[in-house]
Amino acid sequence: MSAAGRLAERSHEENWLPILELAIQEVFEIMLGCQVKPVAPSEHKTNAEFTAMVGLAGALCGILTVRCDANTARLIATHMLGDAAGSEEQAADALGEICNMITGNFKNKLAGTDEQCMLSVPSIISGGEYTFRSLADGVSIETALLYEGASIFVRLQLHS
Amino acid sequence: MDKIRALIVDDSSVMRKIVERSLRQAGIELEKVVEAANGAEGLAALQSNVVDLILCDINMPVMDGLEFVRQVATVETAKGVPIVMITTEGSESHVVQALSAGARGYIRKPFTPDQVKEHVLPLLGKKR
Repeated sequence: MSAAGRLAERSHEENWLPILELAIQEVFEIMLGCQVKPVAPSEHKTNAEFTAMVGLAGALCGILTVRCDANTARLIATHMLGDAAGSEEQAADALGEICNMITGNFKNKLAGTDEQCMLSVPSIISGGEYTFRSLADGVSIETALLYEGASIFVRLQLHS
Repeated sequence: MDKIRALIVDDSSVMRKIVERSLRQAGIELEKVVEAANGAEGLAALQSNVVDLILCDINMPVMDGLEFVRQVATVETAKGVPIVMITTEGSESHVVQALSAGARGYIRKPFTPDQVKEHVLPLLGKKR
């Protein structure tokens, strides 16, 4: 079996989607004091005005992205900082840190992966006019969550 | 306990503010907070600031938190200052590396203010 096949099999066998959703929910509950709940991605569309990304290397190779509109990113910053939030820079910074914590929390929940997987520092794209293409075979796990009435999309793209 | 001077090293300005708020929520009175966006900035800050506590991320550009902790040991005015890591890296190997390098505490993100209190107060000699 190819490396891509083994990765797909492991993600399927271990059912990584609920693990990813739990990792997201914990980050929002602990750091923002807010509950988020998974929704069908097709039910909610959003203008992906901010995309935060964290790369993984080692036992898992790939990228985790968190996308939302600008108002939602600002709301996240406000919840994290209280009254101090406001600027676009803080919104981007807050979303990057959320992405970082989701990636780390997910990695820490996977048995045997944590010790052998490194994370990059977060990067943030402002603006939604882009197309994401991965040139490597792999597995993609995506979920949408409802946060204060707005959608947040989280996607884990893993390479073999 | 007297007011303390803290150095917070994290590449996220939002996270630096959350860490500062968590310290205040833990009942720690802060005389001064010095912020740095990476390990190199943190070392530079220690050249011109004497602090009582250092809180530090691991994954940062320029100089990561583990290298920063190793190099803090060479800064005369920072010797003996407790360092607590606050990071998304949750593996045992990272904990061991951090503690071997000289860190005295390790908090995994996401974290609650209570966790900050639990890990930091004993290092400052304050009874909970």
